[in-house]
Amino acid sequence: MKDRLPGAIVKGISSAGILVMLFILYFLFREGLPVLRSVTLNELFGGDLWYPAENPPVLGMFPLIAATLAVTGLSCLLAVPFSLLIAVFVSETAPRPIRELLKPILELLGFFPSIVLGFIGMVVLAPWLQETFDMLSGLNLFNASLLLGILTVPVVSCLAEEALGAVPQDLRDASYALGATRWETTRKVVIPSALPGILSASLLGIMRAMGETMVVLMAAGGAAIIPLSVFDPVRPLTSTIAAEMGETPVGSPHYAALFFGGVILLVMTLTVNLLSAWVEKKGKMVR
Amino acid sequence: MRKTAAVLAGIAILSLSGMAFGAEIVMNGSTTVLPIAQAAAEKYMAANEGVKISVSGGGSGNGIKAIIDGTTHIANSSRFIKQDEVKAAVEKGTYPVPFAVAMDALLPIVHPDNPVKDLSIDQLQAIYSGKITSWKDVGGEDKPIAVVGRDTSSGTYETWQEIILKKERVSPRALIVASSGAMLTTVAKNKYAIGYDGIGYINDTVKPLMVNGKKGSAETALDGSYPIARFLYMFTKGWPTGEIMKFMNYMLGDEGQKVVASTGFVPLRILK
Repeated sequence: MKDRLPGAIVKGISSAGILVMLFILYFLFREGLPVLRSVTLNELFGGDLWYPAENPPVLGMFPLIAATLAVTGLSCLLAVPFSLLIAVFVSETAPRPIRELLKPILELLGFFPSIVLGFIGMVVLAPWLQETFDMLSGLNLFNASLLLGILTVPVVSCLAEEALGAVPQDLRDASYALGATRWETTRKVVIPSALPGILSASLLGIMRAMGETMVVLMAAGGAAIIPLSVFDPVRPLTSTIAAEMGETPVGSPHYAALFFGGVILLVMTLTVNLLSAWVEKKGKMVR
Repeated sequence: MRKTAAVLAGIAILSLSGMAFGAEIVMNGSTTVLPIAQAAAEKYMAANEGVKISVSGGGSGNGIKAIIDGTTHIANSSRFIKQDEVKAAVEKGTYPVPFAVAMDALLPIVHPDNPVKDLSIDQLQAIYSGKITSWKDVGGEDKPIAVVGRDTSSGTYETWQEIILKKERVSPRALIVASSGAMLTTVAKNKYAIGYDGIGYINDTVKPLMVNGKKGSAETALDGSYPIARFLYMFTKGWPTGEIMKFMNYMLGDEGQKVVASTGFVPLRILK
């Protein structure tokens, strides 16, 4: 009896958690799907005009989806190489005291409040970009991606560092025994064998960037256009939902469309999540 | 065990005393009206002991929804209630009653270094719809215009759309910011920008423009000569009674209107 109690508690709480998640999913779909009563899926995904407050509303979400992908993509392009270099440095080359110092710093940076970063982007980075490069506005895709990159670096480098650290010491020793240098060992032995972990760390970073709201709300410029240059202002799904939800009449097509945007975002992050799980599994099979 | 009992007893006493002094007013809604509501609530609570007013801002739409759902007593709104919302309210058996409590004038704003002083409504319309893209077409330097607007569901945007853009659409290339504060920051930091904000928000970091040769101010908004002005509302759930009626009377009386003036908005009449 006494042994069963902890198990029962764990089971109870975890199933409550799952239930809450299911309820959120149900709610998201219940509020979002009615949008299809006023527009077709084709118009929703293909339309390139977003005038949700008009009557009837024009609900083309393509620019929003394109912006989400563009911001996510560019931020990862900027952040992932950096993160991996940091991870390799911390895990493989840094002397012990420096490593002991760097790891907690990285972990702490992962909790940096995004609104502070958004504020910096709005008040410092945007005017600087605008002045220096004589742009129309510094609030654009590049600004937002740079800040999101800063936000994802600690996450990705921490996880990648763990993946590198998990590579068995035997492998390194064997490589050294064959006469390989430290650089050769890192490049040809450690990184390949940690690759699935590194990939899934990068994917988690991508997910983080995709779902981030505050930074894009404050620094991306907010124009619902398909970006043709990295200096175009953009309006990702997250910032659209955050900016418009408060003022929209409840139950209107616009309201439903914003929830539907949430569904799209969920599907996008879920895809990345499943991808990362799949990579991880593949990696285990190889080992 | 004894501790729990003591805590429970404490909660019981607190809730009883809450009932004894009764009046609690919940207000929710527009972030534009929020400073007025906040200041009025503070003054009113200071003058009427035992009354508790909680104020939160989540947008005009949220406020009116809360009235419809019956979760708030007063909804602040920077726009009039919409047809659909009235319908939803009637279906739920509530009837929101509007009270205009203040006026807000929207002023076009530019960077302080911008030499342009005055724009007509037609010029503003052309700028916002994307037909004019250079400052030189409206008497400024040969520089592009960075158009900054509010997100399409804010009350401020709606007023601008109705009075300035009329049937035209705002250019999709316009930068969109999510709050009055963000608008101010964005325009203050960008020398090519033009934006708009409520009169209460505007400070020295930006330069307000005249519209059709009229300076936006309390006087010109009240006498109707300044073209971009709107009413701000508080909606009550049904005709107000009791403490809520007293608060609405306060809001519309001289005291409340002085509060409106002190927050930078336009009171409904010129106070002596």
